[in-house]
Amino acid sequence: MLVEALVLSAILFVVGTFGVLVRRNAIIMFLCIELMLNAVNLSFVAFSRFMGIEGQIYVFFVMTVAAAEAAVGLAIIISIFRHYETVNVNNFNLLKW
Amino acid sequence: MVLDFSSNADYIWALLPEILLAIWAMGVLLAGVFTEDNDSDAPGDATTLGWLSLLGLLVVAAANGWVYGAVEGDGSPMIAMDGFRFFANWLLLAGAALTILLSFPYLTRQRLQIGEFYALVLLATLGMMFMASARNLILLFLAIETMSVAAYVLTAFNRRDRKASEAGLKYFLLGAFSSAFLLYGIALVYGGTGTVNLQEIGEAVARGGAFSPLVLGGMALLAIGFAFKVAAVPFHMWTPDVYEGAPTPATAFMSAAVKAASFIAFVRVFMEAFPALHDTWYPVVWWLAALTMIIPNLIALTQTNVKRMLAYSSVAHGGYLLVALAAANHMAMGALLFYLLIYSIMNIGALAVVMVVANHDEEALDLEDYAGFGWKQPVLATAFTVFLLSLAGFPGTAGFMAKIFILQGAVESQLWTLAIILALVTVLSYYYYLRVAWYMWMRPGSSEERHVRVWAPIPMRAGIVGVAALLIFLGIFPGGLLDGALDAVQGLAAGVPAAELVSGLPDSP
Repeated sequence: MLVEALVLSAILFVVGTFGVLVRRNAIIMFLCIELMLNAVNLSFVAFSRFMGIEGQIYVFFVMTVAAAEAAVGLAIIISIFRHYETVNVNNFNLLKW
Repeated sequence: MVLDFSSNADYIWALLPEILLAIWAMGVLLAGVFTEDNDSDAPGDATTLGWLSLLGLLVVAAANGWVYGAVEGDGSPMIAMDGFRFFANWLLLAGAALTILLSFPYLTRQRLQIGEFYALVLLATLGMMFMASARNLILLFLAIETMSVAAYVLTAFNRRDRKASEAGLKYFLLGAFSSAFLLYGIALVYGGTGTVNLQEIGEAVARGGAFSPLVLGGMALLAIGFAFKVAAVPFHMWTPDVYEGAPTPATAFMSAAVKAASFIAFVRVFMEAFPALHDTWYPVVWWLAALTMIIPNLIALTQTNVKRMLAYSSVAHGGYLLVALAAANHMAMGALLFYLLIYSIMNIGALAVVMVVANHDEEALDLEDYAGFGWKQPVLATAFTVFLLSLAGFPGTAGFMAKIFILQGAVESQLWTLAIILALVTVLSYYYYLRVAWYMWMRPGSSEERHVRVWAPIPMRAGIVGVAALLIFLGIFPGGLLDGALDAVQGLAAGVPAAELVSGLPDSP
């Protein structure tokens, strides 16, 4: 049971990592990062079945952080959209990436 | 005063500096709302709120000194009460204070929201102080995010500036990406040991009671996350872009305090939770250190934009600090704190002069713009020369002594190759630092009027000259500060297996 949950969590994490590296749309990249965080949450919940309730409490902290990050991240994406009228990171080339 | 964390009141005493800073940051934010006149387009004055923030940092520093004397009882609470934390707190507060002191004219001229800017600096500092004190991986994650989210906003703070928005997006995407790695590492370590307390992890790992594939995987992911945060090559791609695009005061703050806090957390996690696995993680840190010293120094040679050159130089300094982590002995840990303090103040000082030369804008950042600056503004130019020499590690400056102490730590662990690389790249770096000084003093300016009038108010001027004087003083009399740093790291390197240190580590992995 634990192994299956951990493998699923690892697959989700890798999918998220791959998405950040391959996709060029800032919002999709951000969604992939959220996927990575939630993959970790799944690991925490799986571990907490064997190690006590703390693992589930940590998930709440992670969700809070993800919400704060979403607020700031989307604000930054809006602010850059106002300059460029696009959210494709290939078009942001004032600074050498 | 003995704090054994048996009652909640003990936590309040132990966290007094952090609590005060949190309240003060909210106060500054509120004061900013009430004093700012949003309707007028005239530049506001950053001075009043700036002094208010500085007063807060002073109060917090005093509280920090008061708590320093407290004795830690038994048990393993999630808040560390060791000297490492309190010395680090002072260092981070000094970085924040200098950033605020030197940013008055920039914020005024750029018409940024002053209350919010200073409140964000204070809140980021709060996150950093928790990074220095956290002995719990979840608390550490929350602290890192508190700091990072504030730093993302600071980077993208100037909404009118295209470059700042772009830098903010890059920093945000890569910062959040690296946080996810860090978090996965925490989850695996929790799964492998059943705890997130650093000391309990350390004990579990040392007595072999941990499930090792999970712990090793978690440690690797933690190392990747931290390597992103401290901008170690090859995880440094974001650094030059972000440092170049961000508003210069935010650049100074990020390259000094944010980086210092990341290093402090990196060191605490690896020295307290994984000292028993030193021979496993040491080759990784060895390679990170070697690459981080060599590559940015080579790239910096070709830069003509001074702000970008300082960004690469900041990455290179991270490499020198990684040498101390690879050495992992008492001397190296003390040298790391010493180096972080010196590096923070000299880097902020150098970027303050960059702000003055660029006229508190993001335009005149090229080497050519420094031509003729020396003879028109001798005081500022002399201070800038001191900063450059100190960054380069020239004998007689504090930067030189800091490098010597790191070398001493490396030699005690017999890291000869790293020590030689450090010495060679230091000599190489003289070229790009001194080139700026040469342009300043030896090249005539493009016109007679250039640099005759610069805007550097008295507090800023005093701050710059004061930092330069301090660097010279510490370059000649470094003993007192080094003793303080060595006292602060007492026992930090105790968990690293001693037998290895006696017989000597393998020189290269």
